[in-house]
Amino acid sequence: MKLTDSDQDLVAEVEELSGENLYACFQCGKCSASCPFTDEMDELPNQLIRRVQMGDRRVLQSKTPWVCASCLSCEVECPKGNDIPAIMEAVREIKLRSNVDETDLRDLDTRGLPEIALVSNFRKKTG
Amino acid sequence: MGSKPRVGVFVCHCGENIAGSVDVAKLAEEAVGLEDVVFATDYEYMCSDPGQNKIVEAVDEEGLNGVVVAACSPSMHEETFRNVVEDSGLNRYRCEIANIREQCSWVHRNGGTSPTSKALKIIKGAVQKVKRNIPLEPVEMDHSDKCLVIGGGVSGIQAALDVAEAGNEVILVEKEPTIGGHMAQLSETFPTLDCSQCILTPKMVQVSRHPDIELMTYSEVREVSGFVGNYRVTIEKKPTYVDPDACNLCGDCEDVCPVEVSDEFDEGLSTRKAIHIPFSQAVPSSYTLDEDACLGLNPLCCTECSDACDADAVNYDESSQFVEEEVGAIVVATGYDLYPKEEMGEYGAGSYQDVVDGLEFERMLSATGPTGGEVRRPSDGEVPNNVVFIQCSGSRDPENHNPYCSKICCMYTAKHAKLYKESVPDGNAYVFYIDIRAGGKEYEEFIQEVQEEERVLYLKGKVSKLEEVDGSLRVTGVDQTIGEKVEIDADLVVLAQSIIPSDRAEEVSKQLNLNLGPNGFYKEAHPKLRPVESIGGGVFFAGAGQAPKDIPDSVSQGSGAAAKAMDLLAKPTLSQDPQVVEIDEERCSGCGLCLGQCPYGALELNSRGIAEVNEILCEGCGTCVSGCPSNSLSLKNQTDEQVNEVIKAYVGD
Repeated sequence: MKLTDSDQDLVAEVEELSGENLYACFQCGKCSASCPFTDEMDELPNQLIRRVQMGDRRVLQSKTPWVCASCLSCEVECPKGNDIPAIMEAVREIKLRSNVDETDLRDLDTRGLPEIALVSNFRKKTG
Repeated sequence: MGSKPRVGVFVCHCGENIAGSVDVAKLAEEAVGLEDVVFATDYEYMCSDPGQNKIVEAVDEEGLNGVVVAACSPSMHEETFRNVVEDSGLNRYRCEIANIREQCSWVHRNGGTSPTSKALKIIKGAVQKVKRNIPLEPVEMDHSDKCLVIGGGVSGIQAALDVAEAGNEVILVEKEPTIGGHMAQLSETFPTLDCSQCILTPKMVQVSRHPDIELMTYSEVREVSGFVGNYRVTIEKKPTYVDPDACNLCGDCEDVCPVEVSDEFDEGLSTRKAIHIPFSQAVPSSYTLDEDACLGLNPLCCTECSDACDADAVNYDESSQFVEEEVGAIVVATGYDLYPKEEMGEYGAGSYQDVVDGLEFERMLSATGPTGGEVRRPSDGEVPNNVVFIQCSGSRDPENHNPYCSKICCMYTAKHAKLYKESVPDGNAYVFYIDIRAGGKEYEEFIQEVQEEERVLYLKGKVSKLEEVDGSLRVTGVDQTIGEKVEIDADLVVLAQSIIPSDRAEEVSKQLNLNLGPNGFYKEAHPKLRPVESIGGGVFFAGAGQAPKDIPDSVSQGSGAAAKAMDLLAKPTLSQDPQVVEIDEERCSGCGLCLGQCPYGALELNSRGIAEVNEILCEGCGTCVSGCPSNSLSLKNQTDEQVNEVIKAYVGD
């Protein structure tokens, strides 16, 4: 990507929502090493942070924030004390606030689904 | 040996280094069976205190008159064990080392030749040699009390001050018109951001005022002869055409000088006149007329500077002076240069104006620099909004450039990025790196602060190319953390060029008989245990001429070299290894062949026409011994008989 065309608003927004300094991350990779769900992610947590640092809007299409279960393993281990789940949540929020509804209710097979699953499914598919 | 030989053999395990592949217990057992060996033992670390005591005890209890230590290379511990043998009451040359580590256990770790039987042969050889050794006493000699320091950068300055403070006279030789070296060019210093000149110039003044330091700037060492303790040095003092005592720094000469040339102190980013002072706090504080730049002195083409000088300080009749000095020790502090950016084909080979090296950027950041401390790009003087810093430019690239890490660039790049962001808060700074090497007191903290507080984007990967696109520099690199190529349209690119030895290093190494390592840096006597000493002794290293170094390391090594020089100069006399050449006067025909063969000039024909050796100059290399057609030369304790017996021990009778 071309860094001189990067979206600095994205950086500012994620920092505001998460309350974290993205530049504190020095890419040690410990968050990714400790994350129990990396097999299900399309990019590692540290890579996601780097993309946000770079102002790369493609990060909003990433599956990673939605796989994140906020288990806080990464936060506990981060040597710089960054709240990575908060950064994940910020990315999810930005996506949700874009108000794009990608869910077609007719496609939903609701049989046997617990309500909470339905709610989280709506959340994931919205935005 | 006069009395019957009684040799003791001491086998060292060297932890697992030897014991890992050599059966040390068996070796000690079999050594006792060798002719003239009356005692043998093995121990884990022979060089340790208990190990050394075993030798002392055995000499006493067993009445030994010869000691063989089967251990590491003699270059490592021969001195140690000879000291032990001397402490136990024997002559120190009654000790020989059987090198069963470097020449046996290490090379036969994977089997093949039986390491144990080979080790026994090596021991057998050493026994044959030691029992034929004659006791020798060191050759004593007087020495000069003066110290020569070559190079007036920060490490040379430190060395000169330390030696002078200890009461020895120092001659500090600097090739430029001022001392201070590269440190004087720097803006601020990492990680504390002290202003470089503010901390350096008081030291420079201290040098110029010290009663025991003779400062010779604009001077170069031309010839060195002699040896440890007694070097004879010829120094050329080039003419500055200005009397430093009369010059009052009014600057009138500079104002009227019609010649403008590139200013090397500003790394060519500005111009200076032919008559100039490198920077206002230069030491000595005096102008220098650059002979090469001047319109002409012979015949005199212009007298503007002299006419303008009210102090009558300009003298066109000056010429080079050659000063001869005798010194006992020499500190070599010739420093570094930057690997030319012209070598960097992938980064434009010096053709892009807005691609600068680290020192050029330092001058841009310096308050006394060409831009008055404002970051402005050279091409159009604009303030750059996107600055790319490329680390390892010319370093860590064995295929195309230099194989080594230049050590200081990670830190100075972080400092550059910080100072740029302080100067242009809205600007973007990008750093391309392979690794961040911030090993040093408070260094890592500094790097993290720069990333976090100054919001500098560190991208892991090397830049592959630079090209000019629409008035800016297109930087193509990669960020390995996301595995994607990145492009930046930069206004200014700063290359952290590799550190290379100063161009003086090669000449100085020839003059002083010093070894250079594979990359042209001075080679020390031992990389870990004798890092400031040269192999020949008497010459000590300080600063980046030995390896890339930052300021704290250069200053530390300057003090280290000074301590070593003081140690030498403080001795009432110096002693020389007595294992030198001996001449059989009856046999020598006086052909004189040996005179030309001796690399140290230690041989001459005496009044009777036969060869005579100067035991102080002789290094015991043995070249003359093998060259003598009448076999009348021999090395003490390395006689033909001894060499033959050692060979027989190795290969069997």
